[in-house]
Amino acid sequence: MSPTESTARQVRDAIARREASAAEVTEACLAAVDRLDPQVHAFLSVDHAGARRRAAEIDRRLAAGEPAGLLAGLPVAIKDNLCTADGQATTCASRILEGWRAPYNAHVVDRLLAEGAVIVGKTNLDEFAMGSSTENSAYGTTRNPWALDRVPGGSSGGSAAAVAARMVPAALGSDTGGSIRQPAALCGVVGVKPTYGRVSRYGLVAFASSLDQIGPIARTVGDAALLLQATAGHDARDSTCVSQADQPLPDYLAALEEPVEGLRIGVPRQFFAEGLDPEVEAAVREALAVYERLGAKLTDVDLPHATDYAIATYYIVATSEASSNLARYDGVHYGHRSRDHADMIDMYMRSRAEGFGDEVKRRVMLGTYALSAGYYDAYYKKALQVRRLIRRDFEEAFRKVDCLMGPTSPTPAFRIGERAADPLAMYLSDIYTVSCNLAAIAGLSVPCGFTGAGLPVGLQILTDVFTEDRLLRIARMYEREVDWVSRAPALVAGGGGGAA
Amino acid sequence: MSAAELVPTIGLEVHMHLATRTKMFCACRVAYDERPNSCVCPVCLGMPGVLPVMNARAIELAVRMALALGCTIPDLAKWDRKHYYYPDLPKNYQISEYDQPLGVDGHLDVETPGGVRRIGIIRVHLEEDAGKLMHAEGGGDYSVVDLNRTGTPLLEVVSHPDMHSAEEARAYGETLRQLAVYLGVSGCNMQLGQMRFEPNISLRIGTGPDGEPRYTPIAEIKNLNSFRSVERACAYEIARHRQEYEADPAGYTLERLGKETRGWNDAEERTYLLRSKEEAHDYRYFPEPDLVPLVPDRAWVEGIRAGLPKLPGQFRKEMQEAGLPRKIIDALLQEDQIAKSWEDLVSAIRKQPQAKGWDAKRLTEIAHNWILQDVRRVLNERAIPLTELRNSHYAEEELAKLIVLVETGVINRNTGTEVFSKMIATGKSAAEIVQEGNLAQVADAGEIEALVDQTIAQNPKVVQDYQGGKKASLGRLIGETMKASGGKANPQIVREILLRKLGG
Repeated sequence: MSPTESTARQVRDAIARREASAAEVTEACLAAVDRLDPQVHAFLSVDHAGARRRAAEIDRRLAAGEPAGLLAGLPVAIKDNLCTADGQATTCASRILEGWRAPYNAHVVDRLLAEGAVIVGKTNLDEFAMGSSTENSAYGTTRNPWALDRVPGGSSGGSAAAVAARMVPAALGSDTGGSIRQPAALCGVVGVKPTYGRVSRYGLVAFASSLDQIGPIARTVGDAALLLQATAGHDARDSTCVSQADQPLPDYLAALEEPVEGLRIGVPRQFFAEGLDPEVEAAVREALAVYERLGAKLTDVDLPHATDYAIATYYIVATSEASSNLARYDGVHYGHRSRDHADMIDMYMRSRAEGFGDEVKRRVMLGTYALSAGYYDAYYKKALQVRRLIRRDFEEAFRKVDCLMGPTSPTPAFRIGERAADPLAMYLSDIYTVSCNLAAIAGLSVPCGFTGAGLPVGLQILTDVFTEDRLLRIARMYEREVDWVSRAPALVAGGGGGAA
Repeated sequence: MSAAELVPTIGLEVHMHLATRTKMFCACRVAYDERPNSCVCPVCLGMPGVLPVMNARAIELAVRMALALGCTIPDLAKWDRKHYYYPDLPKNYQISEYDQPLGVDGHLDVETPGGVRRIGIIRVHLEEDAGKLMHAEGGGDYSVVDLNRTGTPLLEVVSHPDMHSAEEARAYGETLRQLAVYLGVSGCNMQLGQMRFEPNISLRIGTGPDGEPRYTPIAEIKNLNSFRSVERACAYEIARHRQEYEADPAGYTLERLGKETRGWNDAEERTYLLRSKEEAHDYRYFPEPDLVPLVPDRAWVEGIRAGLPKLPGQFRKEMQEAGLPRKIIDALLQEDQIAKSWEDLVSAIRKQPQAKGWDAKRLTEIAHNWILQDVRRVLNERAIPLTELRNSHYAEEELAKLIVLVETGVINRNTGTEVFSKMIATGKSAAEIVQEGNLAQVADAGEIEALVDQTIAQNPKVVQDYQGGKKASLGRLIGETMKASGGKANPQIVREILLRKLGG
C-alpha cells in the first residue's frame, strides 16, 4: 500500500491491521507535502513535529491494543478557518488574524482527534472563505494540481488541492455557497456539503452563520463518508446543530455499496442554461446517461427561484451576516492592530483597513449597506423572503424526485488572475451551488470526467435535508461505474504541472 | 400656551441583571468585584468561531418577571444582533430581542402621593450586558477593559410614557425593583450596577391641528444607577425642556428635533448632550443566525405562572385591609422575604390555642412589631438575608410560641428579645430556654413586694427625689427592682406596688 496513492479507507485499514504504521503513513504524507507544496501552495502551515508526535501516540495505542478511533492514524488536512488549539495559527488567510492562535479546538477538530486522525496542517482559502478561487488569500494563491496556472476553486481551494495532489488522503473544508463542492469539482475530488445543522459549526470562524457548514473533501465517496461519519452529530455548543433525538446520526458506510432502487433523478432546466461550458455539459450529460443505464429515471424539473434569484439572494444574506460576524476584528482584543492611530475610532479604521483584503472589504460594505436603516426591508428582509421561495422550490422538487443533478460549476478551472478583476464573473462561479446553502439541504460534487485539456469536471448531486446517507449511496452508484479516481495529476508522478 | 399646561411625559427603560449563576450565553460565572478578566471564556470574549448557547435559567427568570408584570408571552421570541463599536463589546454587537420580545403588554401599579397609578409596560426582553471600559489611572493615554461583566444576563423592562413627574418616575423604579426582588429575578443591587435606568423625557405641549398631542423633543438619559439620580435627572430635564420651549415655542418640538441622547453628571446634577438625532446610531438589527428562536412551551409558562409568589401589590392590599399604617406597610414591603415572614407569623400565631381570643388588629400588630424589631435586628447584626437566617433556626412557628409566652405574661417583652436571640443561636425552643434560664417572670405579689421594699431601703435619695416631685425617678426605682429580680419581675406589678408604697 502506498499511503499517497491509496484511499483514506485503505490507509486506515492498513494501519488498523498493523500492515503500516501511523508513523510511516504520516512520514509519506509529510514527504509529499514537502515535495509538492512548494508548487501547489495548498498549505498555510504544516505541523511536522505535531503530526509525528501524534502518529507515534496512535502507534503506541494500537500496539497496546487500546481503542484508537475510527480514523486511527489517518493523516488529514483542515481548512485554516477551523480553530485548533495545537499551537498552529488559525488565520482564515487574513492579515487581521496573522499569527492568531486559538485557545480552543473546533468541534470537528475535537472529533477528528477523538477518532485518531493525524492533523498534518492547515490549508489555504480565500480570506474568511470569501471567494471562489483561493486568490483572495493574504498569503498567496493556491494552484490547481492539474494545471498550475489555474485556480483550484474556492474557498476551500487549499483542502481540495492537497487531496487532489495526494499530499493527504482527506481534508475538511467549509461550504457557505459552494466552497467545498466547487473546488472539489475543479480539482477532481469528492466534496460534501452536509445539511445545515448536521455538523457543529463551533470553532468554524464564521463567514455567514446561516449558510456555513463544514464538510469532507476526499478522493472517493467512501472516504468522504468516513470523514463525515467522524465529524457529524450533535454538539451542545452549536444551537443550530440538530440533536441526536431529532436526527440520529446514521452509519454512512453501512449501506454505501447498495444502489438506490428505482432512483428518480431531477434535472433542473436552469442548471443547463446560458454560460455553461459545453465540455462541462457533455461530461455531466454522460454521467446522467450512466445513471440511466443503471435504471434511474430522469425527469426535467423547474427551480424557478433557485437559479434566477439565488446569486442575488445569496450575496445579500451572506454579506449581511458577514458584515456582522467580521465586526469583531477591530484590533482591540486580538488580531492585527494598526501601529499608528490618532484615537480609538482611528485605531478601528486603520486596523481594519490594513487587516482586511479587498474582497472582504467589498462584502462587509455590501452587507453593512443591506442592513442599514431604510434599506433593511428592501434588501435583507426581501432576501429572506426569496430564500423561503427557494427552499420551497426544492421541497416541491423532492416530492417528485429523489435527487437533483447538474454541473457543480459552469466552467472547469479558470486561469489565475482571469476573474480577479471582475467580482461579478467570480460570483457567477457559484451559480449552481449557492441555492443548496440557501435551502439548507445536502449536496456533493463527484468527479465525472475531464475536459479535452485535462481539467476535471464535477457532477453536483443534491438531496433533501438530512439524507446524506442516500446522497452518498447515489454518488457511489456512479463512482463504481467509472474510474476517474485512478487518474492523478502529472505533478504527482513527478511530471510537469502545465495543462496537458 | 402657558407653562402651566406643559405636561411632563416620562417613560422608563430599566435594565436588571438576572440572578443567574452563569452568563447569558456561556458557562462563565456571573461575578462582581473579581480580578479583571478572570471570569471570561472564548464565548464571552467573542473570539473567532465561538457560538452562543442560551441560559435556560435566564429565560425562566425573564418569563417570571414578564408574567408578574401581567405581560402576554408570545408564541415566539426572536434573538437579534444590535451593532455598535465599543471596546467593552468584544463582538461589536449585542445579542438582544428587537421586534419580537418574550413579554409584551403588561402593567405595574405604583403607589404615588396622588394615589395608585397604573403604568403600562410595553415589553420585557432579554439581552447580554457589555464589559467595563476604564480610563487609565494617573492620566495615562490609554484605557483598560474588564470583560467580567460581558455576557451577564440583562432583563430590559420598557414602560409606556405614562409618568408625569420626577417623583412618579422614581416611584415606578422603586416599585419595579421591589417586584424583581420579591420574584428573586434580580438582586437589584445598585452599587453593583445590577439595576440601571434610562428615562425618556418630554413635555406634552397641547394638541396640534390634527388633534394629536404634540411634544417637546424626547431626551433619553443614559445609564442612571440610583433612584435619586432618576428623580434629579427627570426634574432637571423637565425644567430644561420648559425653559427651552418657552424660549422657542415654535422650534423646540419633537417633529423638528426628534430624539436626543443625554448623559447625567451626578456631581453637578445636570444632563449633557451625548448625541443629537443626526448622530443617532444605526444599530443595523438583524435576526441572530447563531441562535434558534425561543418558542416557550405553554405548559412550561403556566408552570412558572403557578409558581409565582404573592406579589408586593397583593401584600399591600392585604396589609391595608388589616389596618396597618402606610409607614409600617412600607417597612414590611421594603425587604425581600420580610412581608412573607410577617404573613407566615400572623398565621402561625393564629394557630396557637392561647391566641384564640386575640382580635385581628392585635395579631397583626404583634407580628409586625416582632418582625420589624427583633427579626430585622438579627438580620442587621448578621448582615444576611432572611432565607439564610432560616438556616440558623429561624422559623415563624417557633417565634409564635415565644410570642404566646410574652403575651400570656410568662416572660416579659425584654426577656422575649433575649430568648429570641438564644433561639436563633441554639435552635432550642422558647420554652426550653425559659425553663433552663429560669426566666419566667415573677408575678407573685409577695415576692415582688419584698424586692420593692429592698429597692426603697437601698435608694433613699431617689425615693426622696420622687416624693419631692421628680416623677421621672419612678422609672429608676422600677429599673432597680427589675435588676434585683434578674429581669424576671412583671414590670407592671412592680410599678403598681411602688406607686402604692410611695403614695403616688
